Amino acid sequence: MASGKEIRTQIKSVQNTQKITSAMEMVAASKMRRAQERVSASRPYAEKIRDVIHHLAYANAEYKHPYLIGREDVKRVGYIIISSDRGLCGGLNTNMFKKAVIDMRAWTSKGAEVEFCTIGSKAGGFFKRIKGKIRAQASHLGDTPSVSDIIGTVKVMLDAYDEGEIDRLFLVFNEFVNTMTQAPQVEQLLPVVATEREAELEHHWDYIYEPDAKTVLDGLLIRYIESLVYQGVVENAACEMAARMVAMKAATDNAGELIGDLQLAYNKARQAAITQEISEIVSGAAAV
Amino acid sequence: MAMTMHVNIVSAEQEIFSGTAEVVVAPAAMGEVGIYPRHTQMLTSLKPGEVRITKQGGEEEAIYVSGGILEVQPHVVTILSDTAVRAQDLDEAAAMEAKQKAEQALKDRSDEMDLADAQSQLAEAVAQLQAIQRIRKKISR
Repeated sequence: MASGKEIRTQIKSVQNTQKITSAMEMVAASKMRRAQERVSASRPYAEKIRDVIHHLAYANAEYKHPYLIGREDVKRVGYIIISSDRGLCGGLNTNMFKKAVIDMRAWTSKGAEVEFCTIGSKAGGFFKRIKGKIRAQASHLGDTPSVSDIIGTVKVMLDAYDEGEIDRLFLVFNEFVNTMTQAPQVEQLLPVVATEREAELEHHWDYIYEPDAKTVLDGLLIRYIESLVYQGVVENAACEMAARMVAMKAATDNAGELIGDLQLAYNKARQAAITQEISEIVSGAAAV
Repeated sequence: MAMTMHVNIVSAEQEIFSGTAEVVVAPAAMGEVGIYPRHTQMLTSLKPGEVRITKQGGEEEAIYVSGGILEVQPHVVTILSDTAVRAQDLDEAAAMEAKQKAEQALKDRSDEMDLADAQSQLAEAVAQLQAIQRIRKKISR
């Protein structure tokens, strides 16, 4: 049986841990709220650019951009993986990596090679460990990620697509369902999948392009991809905070339970020691 | 009353303007364009500059955009504004940086280090588990 003092030290250390986890929980909760606001703030742009792309699919364009044309023969597949920079957020990153790896296996079994671009240091570390080919990397975007942070990494992958080094591009990130649930998602970025909707604009028309179709569409589609990736980044940030909040709440609760158990053990040990002392005194007195 | 159209100005990070307007003047790549309602469909890139909106009723509003894309549908004008100043060489530089980071990470790769790291993490986790089990056992006794 552990002595009273030993148990007391353990209780102290668990209490200290609990203080840290409960503080982290509160920090994550407030950061989550701000992250959610950023998700909703970035939504109008994503919606509008999707509308334009949608119109474009209907327009009778004289020029078809390579991003809009599917490639039959898939030799190489690119993934943009968005993860958090820090751990202590439950199974968030692990679940996403698992999903990415399953998806990746499906491609490799078909004989395609796989390349990565990682955003967030956890993804960088993981794909380095499994010896994945990493083309570009970005990390430490902080709590307020901006579009300019991801332009470079996205461009690397788009250039690879342009040069035929990859034939498909996917985005892997966590979708924020609610505080308790985050769902890992694999989304196809390239070639662009046009969403189907019934024809509202029946007559044939095309845009006036200024200065010319190619330049405008280039700019538009690059921004479209970037906006999808950015959306993924902010959504993933909200997920990270939510997952951390839940994980830290569980840790705090567990610590509380542990303290309760230890307190009980301490009281028992103390009681036993007192009883023993009394019986020693009594038996000593009886012997006299 | 003058005819109006709906105008949306959004950037990737936030919504900037949304409302009805009579005229929109925007700095298109080929020169400034003025858009009135029922303009034909148009798609153009924007230069950094000022977008002037004459709102319903004649009130004017000016918004600075650092480039972007302008889409015109007969009754809807959408401006997708950039948040950062974009230029080919700037993008190129950003791409280079991202590539370098990946290469740097690759150079830093030393398997022993990773293995040691993983092992120490595993040892830590095992120790923690043992500690918890020990505590639990003590309590149940």
